[in-house]
Amino acid sequence: METATQTKPEIAISLRDVNKWYGEFDVLKNVNLDVERGQRIVICGPSGSGKSTMIRCINRLEEHQSGQIIVDGIELNNDLKNIDQIRREVGMVFQHFNLFPHLTVLENCCLAPMWVRKIPRKEAEATAMEYLERVKIPHQAKKFPGQLSGGQQQRVAIARSLCMKPRIMLFDEPTSALDPEMIKEVLDTMIELAESGMTMLCVTHEMGFAKTVADAVIFMDAGQIIEMNTPDEFFNHPQHERSKLFLSQILGH
Amino acid sequence: MQAFITRETLPSLPPPSTLKGPIAWMRQNLFSSVGNTIVTVVLVLAILAALIPFINWAFIKADWIGSSRDDCTSGGACWVFVYVHLKLFMVGLYPEAETWRVLLVGMILVVTLAGLMIKGVPFKKYLQLFALIAFPIIAFMLLSGGSFGLPHVETNFWGGLLLTLVIAIVGIVAAFPLGILLALGRRSSMPIVKAICVVFIEVWRGVPLITVLFMSSVMLPLFLPEGMEFDKLLRALVGITLFQSAYLAEVVRSGLQAIPKGQYEAANALGLTFWQGMYKVILPQALKIVIPGIVNSFISLFKDTSLVLIIGLFDLLATIQGAFASPKWLGYAIEGYLFAALVYWVFCFGMSRYSQRVERSLKTTN
Repeated sequence: METATQTKPEIAISLRDVNKWYGEFDVLKNVNLDVERGQRIVICGPSGSGKSTMIRCINRLEEHQSGQIIVDGIELNNDLKNIDQIRREVGMVFQHFNLFPHLTVLENCCLAPMWVRKIPRKEAEATAMEYLERVKIPHQAKKFPGQLSGGQQQRVAIARSLCMKPRIMLFDEPTSALDPEMIKEVLDTMIELAESGMTMLCVTHEMGFAKTVADAVIFMDAGQIIEMNTPDEFFNHPQHERSKLFLSQILGH
Repeated sequence: MQAFITRETLPSLPPPSTLKGPIAWMRQNLFSSVGNTIVTVVLVLAILAALIPFINWAFIKADWIGSSRDDCTSGGACWVFVYVHLKLFMVGLYPEAETWRVLLVGMILVVTLAGLMIKGVPFKKYLQLFALIAFPIIAFMLLSGGSFGLPHVETNFWGGLLLTLVIAIVGIVAAFPLGILLALGRRSSMPIVKAICVVFIEVWRGVPLITVLFMSSVMLPLFLPEGMEFDKLLRALVGITLFQSAYLAEVVRSGLQAIPKGQYEAANALGLTFWQGMYKVILPQALKIVIPGIVNSFISLFKDTSLVLIIGLFDLLATIQGAFASPKWLGYAIEGYLFAALVYWVFCFGMSRYSQRVERSLKTTN
């Protein structure tokens, strides 16, 4: 077994026959996916295809109703301990940033490390400043989120997640709510993170980002993964009719 | 199509300077037209016509100090009535020799509150702990006595402003956490917890406070085993606290509903537990939104304390009414009610101003 794990890459996230319904509506249909540690996966697909729902199942913001999800070796079930443990290791960045508006940027970054990881304030603040520097906004640490631009807020959100030192990062359309001129600064931050070896799952339509850093692109439609390929193959030779149509629509203009 | 294209960045100009100062303001708002001028003049005259006799009566022709109604000779307000009864209005029938205990509690309260409210006072955390844990014990020991060689003063003797403040403060402080718990419970996904909270809130909100007080004082003893007796004040306090918590719960719930779902998700995604997320993320924001509603219900509670009269507790208003009903002082109801109004107003206005300050200090965007 020891040698097997050395030669076989470690699996960070594994979804087996995952199904989920919203009432009668089948959002996820038998989704199967293995993500190796260090892999960067971009998930795309038309709206309503279940891509956000899928990554939100990985940290239990949504509950799957059947199938198995194993994150970092821990199975997601109704055991609250498991859920807490997984959430500590999985960071998430949202479309609408979801910073805490009543706390300063620094406090936003220190909150979870201090309360969840029980790190003393001084240490948490030092770590926070390190990450704020990495996302290039250390000088905004004392400001409130409402005083920052959208791009800056999203970078703070990334720093906030990183302060928990997660092993996996989920991005749920991180640039969709941003003005065009701010998309680049967020993407640059994400590219830098990807190059540092973080396991990343990104729901995004930024095809430039996918081409630069993704190990694989997943295409979802109607709750299913219908294509998974390297970015080159996916963009140049999409296999599925639905992916061809999708690509022609987002790249065609 | 034509457009004028600016070739260099234009400097920012100061805003146009309109006329400033009180005279310009009056010209704009009070005397901008003939009609406006007439309305202004008429209203000013009307206000003066009402105000001058009142000032004359209440201050200029008033008598302030004396020992009986015979000292009221000037024909204006007889504040001697208040002066003579001041001790009764403040502490009720609390024994004369022990009133220093009430004063001491009052002084500790004022100093503590000042320390909490003034910015830049050190050790705020400890002061809060003192106010919430040590102060109630100290206040109870001092007011009630019975230990440390202090003679016991039964709550029957507590009265006046002292009683009003005891009821209001206990009601406010105890109802607040209970109201938050009820609000959270009502939004809970656990059906039993939710049902209990909904029933509790709807029952208590649907019943008038008078009924609650009446039941707590008259009916509760009927259900208790013989010989078991609760202090009358304690029963009223419990009734008022539960009543107030139901109202607060709905105010807090409206704040919880205003918090976007993303805040809950972000707290969860960071690994905060439900209670941590509530304490650090959701409640600070939700309570900030509902400060006006919370203060509103605190102010109405403060004034509702006067209803305890019907169960035989003599709060500020009751002692005043009692005083002007006595044969020696018949006919001084106006002075009495004005004094009551003034005292209630000072406290309620204070709460209102303080809440506005808190709101401003919690503002996080420009």
